[in-house]
Amino acid sequence: MDLLILSRIQFAVTIMFHYIYPPMSIGLGLIIVIMESMSMITKNPLYHKMTEFWVKMFGLNFVIGVATGIVMEFEFGTNWSTYSRYVGDVFGSALAAEGIFAFFLESGFLAVLLFGRDKVSPRMYWLSALLVCLGAHFSAIWIIVAGSWMQTPAGFHIVGHGVTARAEITDFWAMVFNPSSMERLSHVLVSAWITGAFFVLSVSAYYLLKKRHIEFAKVSMRVALIVALIAVVGQMITGRTSAETVAQYQPTKLAVMEGHFPANEPAGMYLFGYVDEKSQEVKYGLKIPGFVSFLMYGDSAKPIAGIKSFKKEDLPPINIVFQSYHLMIVLGLFLFVLTIACLIYLWRGKLFETTWLLKILVPAVLLPQIANQLGWMTAEIGRQPWIVYRLLRTSEGLSKAIRADVVLTSLIMFTFIYLLLFVLYIYLLDSKIKHGPDQVDQDTHGHRAD
Amino acid sequence: MVRIRLIRTRTGTERIKNMDLNLIWFILVGVLLAGYAILDGFDLGVGTLHLFAKGDNERRLMLNSIGPVWDGNEVWLVTAGGALFAAFPDVYATLASGFYLAVFLLLFSLIFRAVAIEFRSKQPFAWWRQAWDVAFSIASILCAFLLGVVIGNLVWGIPLGADKEFHGTFFGLLNPYALLCGVTILSVCMMHGSIYIVMKTEGTFHDKARYWAKNCLIFFVICYMILTMATMLYVPAMVERLRLHPILFLVPAINLLAIVNIPRCISQGRNFFAFLSSCTAIILLMLLFGLGIFPNMVLSNPDPQYSLTIYNASSSPKTLGIMLAIALIGMPIVLAYTISIYWIFRGKVKLDEHSY
Repeated sequence: MDLLILSRIQFAVTIMFHYIYPPMSIGLGLIIVIMESMSMITKNPLYHKMTEFWVKMFGLNFVIGVATGIVMEFEFGTNWSTYSRYVGDVFGSALAAEGIFAFFLESGFLAVLLFGRDKVSPRMYWLSALLVCLGAHFSAIWIIVAGSWMQTPAGFHIVGHGVTARAEITDFWAMVFNPSSMERLSHVLVSAWITGAFFVLSVSAYYLLKKRHIEFAKVSMRVALIVALIAVVGQMITGRTSAETVAQYQPTKLAVMEGHFPANEPAGMYLFGYVDEKSQEVKYGLKIPGFVSFLMYGDSAKPIAGIKSFKKEDLPPINIVFQSYHLMIVLGLFLFVLTIACLIYLWRGKLFETTWLLKILVPAVLLPQIANQLGWMTAEIGRQPWIVYRLLRTSEGLSKAIRADVVLTSLIMFTFIYLLLFVLYIYLLDSKIKHGPDQVDQDTHGHRAD
Repeated sequence: MVRIRLIRTRTGTERIKNMDLNLIWFILVGVLLAGYAILDGFDLGVGTLHLFAKGDNERRLMLNSIGPVWDGNEVWLVTAGGALFAAFPDVYATLASGFYLAVFLLLFSLIFRAVAIEFRSKQPFAWWRQAWDVAFSIASILCAFLLGVVIGNLVWGIPLGADKEFHGTFFGLLNPYALLCGVTILSVCMMHGSIYIVMKTEGTFHDKARYWAKNCLIFFVICYMILTMATMLYVPAMVERLRLHPILFLVPAINLLAIVNIPRCISQGRNFFAFLSSCTAIILLMLLFGLGIFPNMVLSNPDPQYSLTIYNASSSPKTLGIMLAIALIGMPIVLAYTISIYWIFRGKVKLDEHSY
């Protein structure tokens, strides 16, 4: 295999594995803040125990997030050094800001959450939870600003030409608020809240089914369901605005996402289908005519540039983008329905006894994770063949000082180490969940001995 | 040492402004790396000594002494990497791609260190804990050593071309001078870490740590002397600036005083001051390194005209200015809460229900 494909696989492996953890940190961080706030307000020690338990989960998750995140910080330079030289002036500042504004905050105050319970006042402990949550959110802001700039570059000009050409910043705030950054940020944050909420729902449902830690599970579930409700509704809204931004600024990506081939006709929406790239059509599909045109422009007769209107060398691989996009939407809709169903049962006071729903919630923890990965696949594969959209091709961004066999070595190492990490992570998570929160059943009604 | 090459033509005032910003960022990246060295330096050091601690209790004391702070310490490296990317993209790109395997070995070590600390306490089995103890210690040793090898190559110079790209091999990076630097940085971390343990422990384990500190200090002084001789003999350019500006001899002089102060403070039981002396010694070593390589960031050897300097490898003045604003807003806040977190976890380490 050649250098390009190996480097791309390595980047995909490292970033996708890394991205299992940050959404959990963001979502769980928010839920922990809510629980600790409830603990401050109600003085009910149950909330205190809940924070303690979920902070432990957070800690395990955070460590792997950090360890795999450091890799990302340096992988731009190791495998994509030509890209790094080209964008460093613009992209680097967002990355540095992430370190200064987010990582220090998150790692510093997590220490207080994990080890400082007896060393600080309850108020300080609550503040630490808030700062950890903010740190997790800030890290999303800066990395998504940087990533969005690669999708919709703004606030820069090109200096020099040929091999010495590079992008230099002209307007920092135009770079930060580039056309897609806020839409993508909101979309990613709500998906992270869903991820955190469904993790809590899954573990709580497991306890209810096993008839252990009942009170703990019920209250955790209520908090998580409120977060999930806000997030799934937010997901519908941000999903649509994100798609609109793509329609406006990345026409090739939109055409591929929707499997829209005709050069200049109104675009319909496929609910599902299989893209045959040879015959240039979508097979076995079910299509709502004109619906994409209607969603994006409010006019079902509005023509949209299709795949056939672009040069082949400017197009991403079609079927994989089409399928990940559609599967992501299906999962999003399913999570929406599931959340609403749980809320209805909760309102009628039957949720905690409705075994079939609890049985769905336990494995449902995987769905937001899968949807997250599919969303990124849509966004990043959809950007191909560009590393910076319509500025620099992925093949032009490679390092010149490395060889394919060396990259193969590091790729094998990564695969092996990350598999090991993942197995250990699941094993430890599982044993922590089975162990459960400490002595919570004895003091469910606020009569804690200590 | 006249290697400054301004490749862009600018008016006089612009050039001065640009030079100032470049110099400021050279110093700021240095400050971030020095922050990393004195902070992660001690927890790497604790890792290198970890297997000398016997029994579960001693090892838990080791781990929990760094427990609340080690991941915050690592953020200094991440931020230094980001700052290098933003301020000197060519340096970041050339080093990361040129040192490819070394960088990934370093990253793998950092991964194993992180998860070893977190995973070890999660199961009670002796084999489980022993396995993570070994992983933690080996990864720490490898980390310190590799960082030293990178520094050694920056001093010695690496083969660069006119395209700013690395044209050497991985094994070329393992030259004797770089290996000597690797061992020296390892000894620095061991010294720094052992003093930290002395500061954080009490009772019999404290006496054991004092014994380690004495031996680590001797090991460090020997490495330091050999490295100084090797540098003066084989890389005389590193001390050129000191010869031109004799006032700078204050730096190695104060450095020596700081090192001599360490055993003095330990014998008097003023462990915190011993640790501060060790920090001072490390910062001054970084300063000597910076003074030696300036204005180069990556020395090209054998073709010094291709060296990456703070001028030809930097971002635009506009970006350097924006980054300076970010640093001026962000770093005081970071320093304030880093200090408050160290304050919260001050005092001797004690094991409780929240410990690793």
